[in-house]
Order: sequence, then structure tokens, then C-alpha cells
Amino acid sequence: MHRFANPARFLRMAAAVLPWSAALTVGCLGAGLWFALFDSPADYQQGETVRIMYVHVPAAWMALFVYTNLAIASAVALVWKHPLADLAARAMAPIGAAFTALSLITGSLWGQPMWGTWWVWDARLTSVLILFFLYLGHIALANAFDDPTRGNRAAAILALVGAVNVPIIKFSVDWWNTLHQPASIVRIGGPTIDSSMLTPLLLMAFGFTFYFVSVLILRIRAEILARKLRTLRFAQGEATA
Amino acid sequence: MNAFVAVVARDLRLALRAPGDSATVVLFFVLTVILFPFGVGPEPQILARIASGIAWVTALLACLLSLDRLFQLESEDGSLEQIALSPAPLELLALGKCLAHWLTTGLPLIAASPLIALFLHLPAEGYPALLAALAIGTPTLSLIGGIGAALTLGARRGGVLLPLLVLPLYIPVLIFGVAAVEAELAGLSARPHLLMLGGLAALALPLAPWAIAAALRQSLE
Amino acid sequence: MSARIAEFVAMGGYAAYVWPSYALTAAVLIGLLWSSLRALRAREADLAREDGRGESRRRDRSAS
Repeated sequence: MHRFANPARFLRMAAAVLPWSAALTVGCLGAGLWFALFDSPADYQQGETVRIMYVHVPAAWMALFVYTNLAIASAVALVWKHPLADLAARAMAPIGAAFTALSLITGSLWGQPMWGTWWVWDARLTSVLILFFLYLGHIALANAFDDPTRGNRAAAILALVGAVNVPIIKFSVDWWNTLHQPASIVRIGGPTIDSSMLTPLLLMAFGFTFYFVSVLILRIRAEILARKLRTLRFAQGEATA
Repeated sequence: MNAFVAVVARDLRLALRAPGDSATVVLFFVLTVILFPFGVGPEPQILARIASGIAWVTALLACLLSLDRLFQLESEDGSLEQIALSPAPLELLALGKCLAHWLTTGLPLIAASPLIALFLHLPAEGYPALLAALAIGTPTLSLIGGIGAALTLGARRGGVLLPLLVLPLYIPVLIFGVAAVEAELAGLSARPHLLMLGGLAALALPLAPWAIAAALRQSLE
Repeated sequence: MSARIAEFVAMGGYAAYVWPSYALTAAVLIGLLWSSLRALRAREADLAREDGRGESRRRDRSAS
């Protein structure tokens, strides 16, 4: 029964956390949008396009943040065989993939007016693109087995392999980028971030984080129910047989 | 140690009995490269400019060909279970399988690479760098590929899934492998890039067998 | 007033890039939330149905 003891405690905790995280999501994103769209100056170089940064940069942060969480949950699932960690990892991956996709698309929408092209093989964009494929591989592997437990375990090992590889990929892409440095590109971001820009940036980042927590709770709940359903059906199959 | 030798010897015997598999990999390598002059035109300057990139990308793809069957045999005839139960560590078996894969795939690719370089008008000074880079880089490809093969064992559409898992992880090898040849062509030393490739291999050598063994164990549960 | 709104919407000539970024972000985040909620509700309904069936079967068995 130890299998169910833990989820029960999680469900109680989740029910207590969810209203707060949902409220904080709405609050932070609301305030963040106000500052991002109305109460912050346009950049003297990039003009109003700098407002894209307030969704692009936090989304890119989330892409890495969620992958870190994914790796931690996978390690916990593999080492301690914690019954919730592999469900959490499975539930996290699509959220991380969504943020990664958002970061890529908004980056492209920012790049077009700034660089005059939709895509640049910039080191950062390229690394995020590879991270996106790591997410997709993880999701595909987790769903590739008839037995979901096997899928979760295989995906957990893949997440750890990926976590070892992310810094290596980042480093090698940076290396590659310096070998093929284009003549002149406008560097996005950089150290010229004014404090008036930092407020909306951080508010949006916190909003995204609380969104991640809220949706994660919903998705883990669904995974717990799915597992309960499977054991129930299995038991009934045994009983009728 | 005996188990390790036995695994490698068995795979090599199988490969010798059916030499068609290794030949197919080489054929795929050469044939895919031959497609490029049709795609980008036969101008020697253009081909020479992209030769190292084409050689490496096609080598990565050729490496994928035989991966999905890497642990199939062991899994089907039950020997995987026996080895997992035996005192010999599963990591050693994993390493042996990767070594056998490299001997039957990586080595033929290296042997065929001068021909590829010739077709693509690679300047003569690029040959040693290409061979050295492939020699140091392809073992890493076999090791990383082994992880993908073990993870997709018994998966639905495992053959399609495998490239999705493995190709992103191949990118660092591709970057340094191509950079080594390009550096030599630019009159610089290929050494730092080859050292990087060596570093990747040194990292993959202990980590990949560990991950493969973990994946194989969970496939047996 | 309306001039200021028009100026705001125009985003210094970059409206075609700024607004799609925000719209897409909103669409993806709301879409993910919606699909997660829908999956949760579907599982809850499944479980309720399954529970009901199990209960009735148990009742049948005890009755016979």
C-alpha cells in the first residue's frame, strides 16, 4: 500500500498549493504584462521590439529550468524509486517543450526586425533548438512503450544522459559559433539591461514559474488517476478471469 | 573479462558470417555522399568547401543504420537475462557490444572515407585530419548509439525513435570532427579539435556503458 | 486618446512582431492549461465510471 500512501499525501499538499500558485500566476503575469507593455521604455537601439524580450527571455529561462527539474525528478525516480518522481518527470516534459518552442518562435519574431532574417545560427538559438529536440525525444520515448512504467524508466535514463550532454552541447555550439562568426550582427540582450526592464522581466519569469507549478500539479494529478485506473482495470481483469 | 571477450568475439563471428551488414553500411555511406554532387552541382571548389561536413554527416547517418539491432539478438534469445544474472557486470557486456559495433561499422566507415574524400575533392592536406578525426570520433558515436539502442529495446517504432534520441547527442562530435579537418585546410593545427574529440570519447567511455546497462536492466524487469 | 491607443497598437512600427509574440505565448500557455485540465477531467470521469462498475459488481456478487 506504500504505493498509494505517497500520492495521497501529495494530493493533499497539491490541493493546498494549487490555489496559491494559480493566483500568483495570474498576479505576476498581469503585473508583468502591465510593465512590459505600458510602463517600460522602448530601447534606444531596438525600439519597441525590445518588448518581445519580456516573453522570449523568461521562456528561454523556463526551457532550461524545466529541463533541470526533469533531470532531478528522473534521478530521484531512478535512484530512490520514488513513486511520484517518474510521474512528475513525464508530466513536466510537455510543459518544458512548450516553453522551449515559445522561446524559439518569439526569438524568430524578434530576429526578423533586428537581424533582417527569421533564423540566425546564433549560439544561443542553436542550443535552444537542440534542447527542443531533446524534449521531443524524451516525450516520444516516454510514450513508446505499451507499459507506461517502462516508458517512464527509459525516459528517466534519457533525461540524465541529456543532462550530462546539455553543457557539452552548449560548449561545442559556442565553439562552433566562434569558428563561423558572421561579420556583423546586432547582439540581443547583453549587459545593457536597465532596471526598468528588469522589473517586467522578473515578473514574467515568476509568472511562468508559477504557471509551471500549477499546470504540473494538474498533470501529475491526471497521471496519478491514470495509474489508479490501470491498477483498477488490471485487478478487475484478474477478478473476472 | 572473459565475458567481454566472448561478447565481442561472438558479434565479430556473426558479422563475418554475414558480411553483407557491414558492406551495406559502407554502401549507404558512399551512395549518400554521391547524391551531393547531384544536389549542389559538380563544381570542385564547392564540393571541396563542404567535403568534411558531408563526410561527417553521412558517417553519422550510416552509424545509425545497424544500431536498432544492437541488442535485439540478446534480448530475443534470452542471453541478455543470463548475462544480467551472471557475475560479469552488465556494463562490460555493454562496452563489448559497442566495441563490436564500432569494429563492424566505424572501422569500415574510416576505411571508406578516403574514397569519399576523393569524390568530394577534399584537398590532400585534409586527408590525415579526416582519418584521425573519424578514428577518434566514431567510437563515441557507437557508445552514444548504444544508449539509444538499449533505451528503445522493445519500444513501438523503435527504429524511427532511435535517430530522434541519438542525433542531437551526436552534434558535439560532428562539430569537432568537422572543425579538425577545416582547421587543417585553413593552415591551422587540427590538434585542439582532435583533443576535444578525445575528451568526448573519454567522457562517453565510462558513462555510456553505465547508461546502457541501466537501460538494459530496466528492460528486463 | 484614440491617437495614443493607435500609437500603442502600432508599437513603433513593429506591431507585426510584438503582438504575435504575445498572442502566441498566450495561446500556447492557455492551450496547454486547457488540454491538461481536459485530460484530468477525462480521467476523473473514467475513474468514477470504473468505481461505479466495481461497486455494482460487488453488490451483485453479495446479493447472489
